[in-house]
Amino acid sequence: MTDAPLLEVKDLKVEISTKAGSFFPVNGHNFTVNAGETLGIVGESGSGKSMTAMSLVRLLPKHAAHIRSGSIKLNGRDLLTLSDKEMRRVRGSEIAMILQDPQTSLNPAFTVGDQISEALSLHTTGPRRTLRDRAIDALRKVKVAAPEHRVDAYPSELSGGMRQRVVGAIAISCQPKIIIADEPTTSLDVTVQAQYLKLLRELQEDTGMAILFITHDFGIVANLCHRIVVMYFGRIVESGPVDKIFASPAHPYTEALIAAVPKLHGQQGRLRTIEGLPPSPTEQITGCPFAPRCEHADARCFAELPPTVDADSDGDHAASCWRVVDR
Amino acid sequence: MGETTVNPFAKPSLWRRARELPLVPITVLLIVFIIPAFFADFIAPHDPYTPNLRSRLQPPVFFGGTWEFALGTDRLGRDILSRILHGAWYVLAVSMIGIAVGVVVGTTLGLVAGYVRGWFDGLVMRLVDISLALPAMLLALALAAALGASFLSVVIVVGFALWAYFARQVRAEVLLLRNSDFVARSMVAGASHTRILFRHILPNVTNTIVVLATLQVGIAIMLDASLSFLGIGIPRPTPTWGLLVSDGRDFIATDWWISFFPGLAILLTVLSANMLGDWLRDKLDPRQRQI
Repeated sequence: MTDAPLLEVKDLKVEISTKAGSFFPVNGHNFTVNAGETLGIVGESGSGKSMTAMSLVRLLPKHAAHIRSGSIKLNGRDLLTLSDKEMRRVRGSEIAMILQDPQTSLNPAFTVGDQISEALSLHTTGPRRTLRDRAIDALRKVKVAAPEHRVDAYPSELSGGMRQRVVGAIAISCQPKIIIADEPTTSLDVTVQAQYLKLLRELQEDTGMAILFITHDFGIVANLCHRIVVMYFGRIVESGPVDKIFASPAHPYTEALIAAVPKLHGQQGRLRTIEGLPPSPTEQITGCPFAPRCEHADARCFAELPPTVDADSDGDHAASCWRVVDR
Repeated sequence: MGETTVNPFAKPSLWRRARELPLVPITVLLIVFIIPAFFADFIAPHDPYTPNLRSRLQPPVFFGGTWEFALGTDRLGRDILSRILHGAWYVLAVSMIGIAVGVVVGTTLGLVAGYVRGWFDGLVMRLVDISLALPAMLLALALAAALGASFLSVVIVVGFALWAYFARQVRAEVLLLRNSDFVARSMVAGASHTRILFRHILPNVTNTIVVLATLQVGIAIMLDASLSFLGIGIPRPTPTWGLLVSDGRDFIATDWWISFFPGLAILLTVLSANMLGDWLRDKLDPRQRQI
């Protein structure tokens, strides 16, 4: 790909200061998202996935979390240098977000149509009376049945899957260039989840938007994403195209995660687990954060943080592990 | 889509919803309180102010009196019924304006305090503590001494006695709502703080405000009546209900009706207002709402 990426994150560091000490839930991220592409961010709870997402739209909790360094370039424009007002214009119109829980991400006091219209009226101009029609159109795009009726429904009158579609309709209503989806399917059951992922894929094909998909589910990643970033303890430990990572994971953590996914075919023995727990966020770690749980760890892993190096000669698959460095 | 399909999300008609209203408290409120407040001039049989010494201390109609003075007369011969009817307006005005002051001040402070947190929140909550700790009567006495007892001073006392309840309740709900995903989502959609506070959070606390305000009607009326009874309410000759009760204080053993009927009016109004508030609370129960 020769053109500049749609979203380019460089050396992003977010610091959280608490009474117990400060730590970096996002520690030196580098990644890019191209137009029309889906990037999966995978990691376990507390690995900094959601912090990454919130820092991209600059909605980190005030006073507690701060972006310490780095740049977030959307179409070449650094979002970190924008004023609050300019940033508000970017949110919703250029970056949209789908949150985890559709039960709570809709306002219970307004109808679905009102909430889609609000997003539209914040970022687009046009006669007010057509807002309702445009809301119905948005609902139709996310395949809500009978949109001309559902536009008048309150969130409490809809099912979980339907609500998450409405959230999707709000997100795409202003034709954003990139959608950040923060575990949008965790609260849905598997059938609805599959439908929703299919919908996201179709919407992406229609609109050419990029998706940043945050999840802890490798199954979804394989299904939806073009490239993956694997996070552990606030760091990106491996990144690369989805097929390469599944075929030849370079980092032991990725390898262990993939091994922990149940297989549909062949003999399935006991599922492998990763021993131990991730370190506490405030812990001071000098070496590789995964070393205490890693079966290949040696003295150097505990002493020194491995640099991020290419895992193969194509230049699109990188990992941060001494074993890859030595290869 | 054919025209015959029924919209399952259509809202029930106004009439259907109106049929669920609790009729007894509403009727009582209308008869005792609201209609007299607005139409006392037309329905009161006598002038409430002019003494008529020839007909003083007449008993009510079923206790040896006549229909001319259905609820009896006081020691200056003024018709009790007419005085109650004319007093309703002042009771209504004081309680409504007082509550409005409390709602506006309390809700605004509670909203902002819960949303911005920090030192402003601390300041408002300490003021709430002070306001709740300070007896309303004491404040009323101080105000009456400073400003002189007047309509304004009574309204200020009622507003001051009530705002803290609204501020505390609204703040608590805002704390919950500001961390909800739909607020986060509208932030990601590019909404400003003012918009989030007034368009997204405020509508979700209106139920609470309405219920609380209805339940405060009783408290406001009681407060107004107490102030008038003590002589620090709206001054004479305005026939507020508390004043009417206090007028008959010295005659309670012999001419009981002078105090009894204004007291009954207070009782019925406060009781009905509370019943209405309870009904509203059940209807708009925040625990049954999905946030």
